[in-house]
Amino acid sequence: MVTAIKERITLDVTAQEYREFQPEHILTVKNLEIFYGEKRAVNGISMDIGKNNVTALIGPSGCGKSTFLRSINRMNDLIPGARAEGEILYEDLNILSDDINVVALRKEIGMVFQKPNPFPKSIYENITHALKFAGMKKKSVLDEIVEESLQKAALWDEVKDRLHKSALSLSGGQQQRLCIARTIAMKPTVILLDEPSSALDPISNAKVEDLIVDLKKDYSIIIVTHNMQQASRISDKTAFFLSGDLIEYDDTEKIFTNPSVQKTEEYISGRFG
Amino acid sequence: MFMNTRSNFDESLKELKSMQLKMAGEAETAIKNAMLALLNQDIELAHSVINGDNVIDDLEYEIHEKALMLIARQSPVAKDLRRLHVALRVSSEVERLGDIAVNIAKSAVHIGNEKHVKELIDIPHMMEIALEMLTDAITAFYSEDSAMAQKCAEKDDQVDKMFGELVQELLTYIPQNPDFTNQIIQLAFVCRFIERMADHSTNIAENVVYLETGKRYNLNA
Ligand SMILES: Nc1ncnc2c1ncn2[C@@H]1O[C@H](COP(=O)(O)OP(=O)(O)OP(=O)(O)O)[C@@H](O)[C@H]1O
Ligand SMILES: [Mg+2]
Repeated sequence: MVTAIKERITLDVTAQEYREFQPEHILTVKNLEIFYGEKRAVNGISMDIGKNNVTALIGPSGCGKSTFLRSINRMNDLIPGARAEGEILYEDLNILSDDINVVALRKEIGMVFQKPNPFPKSIYENITHALKFAGMKKKSVLDEIVEESLQKAALWDEVKDRLHKSALSLSGGQQQRLCIARTIAMKPTVILLDEPSSALDPISNAKVEDLIVDLKKDYSIIIVTHNMQQASRISDKTAFFLSGDLIEYDDTEKIFTNPSVQKTEEYISGRFG
Repeated sequence: MFMNTRSNFDESLKELKSMQLKMAGEAETAIKNAMLALLNQDIELAHSVINGDNVIDDLEYEIHEKALMLIARQSPVAKDLRRLHVALRVSSEVERLGDIAVNIAKSAVHIGNEKHVKELIDIPHMMEIALEMLTDAITAFYSEDSAMAQKCAEKDDQVDKMFGELVQELLTYIPQNPDFTNQIIQLAFVCRFIERMADHSTNIAENVVYLETGKRYNLNA
């Protein structure tokens, strides 16, 4: 961040011009390999992740999507025996290097899981918990962040009168949007979503999808999904993984209308399983 | 690992294709009959072409229904999606071919039993080339063969050229045969219908190339 500002000052350009100058990629993955013990789950992939884009990761079960996603905010660190090689560049930092402050990284790169996992606390506390932990105590500030994150997660209108009720009293779809709000509250730049709406009914799913598309104004989003229609509806880029390899990565429109690789075509049109 | 998990969908796609071939066959027969009616001044045959067009219209409707149902229920992507898109477009082209058969048959009715101003030679010749194009287009569509589609489209220029020349020639007959003005105009219309027929075949051929490559081609350029 500091380097970015320094660069802007030395370049002597306006903030607007600088934004246009900015690289269009938020993350650059170089020769990423991920192992569980001896077993390699991701086989040396390279890709750029677009800024303010929705990037969808698709592929059959076990192909390494979640493994890849978790490596982006170092969640694999929690798995004994897991290790990664190669680089994931964020700004000019290698996320994988040992001297990264993982807690700070996870604030910048937030994650939402398949099953909504709110804490068994109030809606309000679900959002403020991590903020308080980070030393933010002032009620007026917390109130403001709670409202802003719930607004952004398109949940505010549904819960504004019951902020101090248990989060577990919400529907599955509301709980998932609460988890997204909780991530947003940390003011991340990247949001990782691992099958965020696979457990939701079609209406809740549609709300989460609308939300994701809306959020890309402010965040860069990477989403794992098994729902091909979802990938084609909401993403800008789609990456197809197979057995730990990145088979094809292109504009979503291209992938779903005229993919370049036969295996991609067979997978997206449901012709192998 | 690679096994076919969508046999029902594939079966439906096959059915759809056979409906399309049936429709194309109907249109081809209608055009041939319309031409025979014109040449042989067979008014009864002309009327049967005119009255038979609803069969083609009904088939178009059925094909559209089926294609839209498959789009809604199977969420096709990539080539599957193009195939259904092409089914909709090609069936509309074929429906227009049916209309052309009707138009030619109507010209035959308008001319009726009036003696032809001259023996019809060039018009049947032009029709022969247009029918070859149609056969090529349908074969290319059947076998999803872009090279064959290309071949079909190449003949379109020939038909366009014949159309220009024939109409010029027909118009020169009017001053010498003013009593035949109506017939001559009807024959000029027929030339125009055949020229349009070649365009529809070219459009079908372009759809075959699109199906195969995912790219729009103007084979007529
Ligand atoms: N904690 C773990 N320990 C050991 N191996 C693991 C672990 N997690 C995943 N794997 C293995 O790594 C490979 C990739 O798994 P991963 O969970 O990334 O797949 P995925 O693409 O997310 O699949 P799904 O679509 O089923 O979620 C699989 O072979 C899996 O068995
Ligand atoms: Mg997974």
